[in-house]
Amino acid sequence: MKLTLKIWRQANASDKGALKTYELDGVSQDMSFLEMLDLLNEQLLHNDEEPVAFDSDCREGICGMCSLMINGEAHGPEVTTTCQLHMRSFKDGDTITIEPWRAASFPIVKDLIVDRSAFDRIIQNGGYISANTGSAPEANSVPAPRDKAMRAFNTATCIGCGACVAACPNGSASLFLGAKITHLGELPQGQPERYSRVQSMIGQHDAEGFGGCTNIGECAAACPKEIPLDVISQLNKDLRKSMILG
Amino acid sequence: MRAVATTTLIKGARSTRSTIALKLLMAASGIVFVLFVLVHMYGNLKAFSGELAYNEYAEHLRTFGEPYLPYGGLLWILRVVLLGSLVAHVGAAVALARRAHAQRPVKYAVKKNKASSLSSRTMRWGGVALFVFIVWHLLHFTIAKINVGKGGQAPDITENPYRLLVNSFLPEQWWMVAIYLLAMLALAFHLHHGTFSAIQTLGFTNTAESRARARVAGWVVAIVIAGGFSLVPLFTVFGVIS
Repeated sequence: MKLTLKIWRQANASDKGALKTYELDGVSQDMSFLEMLDLLNEQLLHNDEEPVAFDSDCREGICGMCSLMINGEAHGPEVTTTCQLHMRSFKDGDTITIEPWRAASFPIVKDLIVDRSAFDRIIQNGGYISANTGSAPEANSVPAPRDKAMRAFNTATCIGCGACVAACPNGSASLFLGAKITHLGELPQGQPERYSRVQSMIGQHDAEGFGGCTNIGECAAACPKEIPLDVISQLNKDLRKSMILG
Repeated sequence: MRAVATTTLIKGARSTRSTIALKLLMAASGIVFVLFVLVHMYGNLKAFSGELAYNEYAEHLRTFGEPYLPYGGLLWILRVVLLGSLVAHVGAAVALARRAHAQRPVKYAVKKNKASSLSSRTMRWGGVALFVFIVWHLLHFTIAKINVGKGGQAPDITENPYRLLVNSFLPEQWWMVAIYLLAMLALAFHLHHGTFSAIQTLGFTNTAESRARARVAGWVVAIVIAGGFSLVPLFTVFGVIS
């Protein structure tokens, strides 16, 4: 396959940055999207040009490190992460525009790499349960209803990649936040800190500069883990209750 | 609420100061508006019962609750509640829109909408359009009582709610009918997403089924209210109400 790539190039956080066009030949349909970028970087290095900086880690779709806005879609046209997107989803001769996540709370480090430590701080500010350490407790001593356990498990699949923020016109992290609130709030272990957690986490979310949710649903459509929109309803419900319960 | 990136953890955050609290304010004030337009729409349909019934209804709105309330008391209570809701609704919308704008200083060169409805993407400008319409609508029927049809500003027309209504939507003033129908389209769009969004913001859509029901509620509210309102100008311009 031969492709035309329009890639955001930005030397550092203070650089203005611009889209730059590259021609790439010899792309196999079996390559992953990141392998295609690796191929481009080999070509750039061969020509003594600066390779494109992008994030990746596990390349198995489970770590949440890779990102990329591909032709206006977070993680590209398939419901998966960029590393699990394959070039068979594109056609020979395609033009592909590749941009970083765009959010003031995710400042650009270089090219396509953004700093998502704002998510880490949201987790630090309540996204956990407090438990005494020691030997592992007996697994069946705290019963968890199956439906709640399943919902907690499904929302715990959130890998914190930031696609929800990238796809949201408001730059809201409500889907991420909702996933964490639901995941911890559905289980018995999450109950003692349930309402203080939602207050701290939304406080951090807002302080980081993320926008408010307008319930339009772009986040859930972009989520590679298919976290549904109802976690935002759960977040809203828990926050509403926390206003009364303190 | 600061809209800047920070590297520190926020201690003692209060839920009443959060973006979600602003959304809850928008949902609550929005529900006030939905209930109001529902009753308003029902009242308008009195035009189908003729001049006497329509004007009687208009007068009854003013004598409602007498002697417990003074003449026109109910309307003044409604005005205060609606104005308060408007300030809350617009204030929260402006605050949230500014946050959203600050969060994306550099726009995407290419951005696709995959799941959002047209109505959900037109909430802000649609809201501005509705505001402009409401100002005109109040000047037209309440504050200035502008009769655009024949008869001018004669008191027998401006002081007669039914005549003012009919004279506004005569075939010669087709453009007036167009303005009102266009406004009802904007209202339908706003209600379609607004109803769903309010239910979701209040936290009543925790399953796929309840979310689907909330979407249906959005359609029902939009069609019933905007459709009901549109009947009166349409039936007047075609001469059924005269």
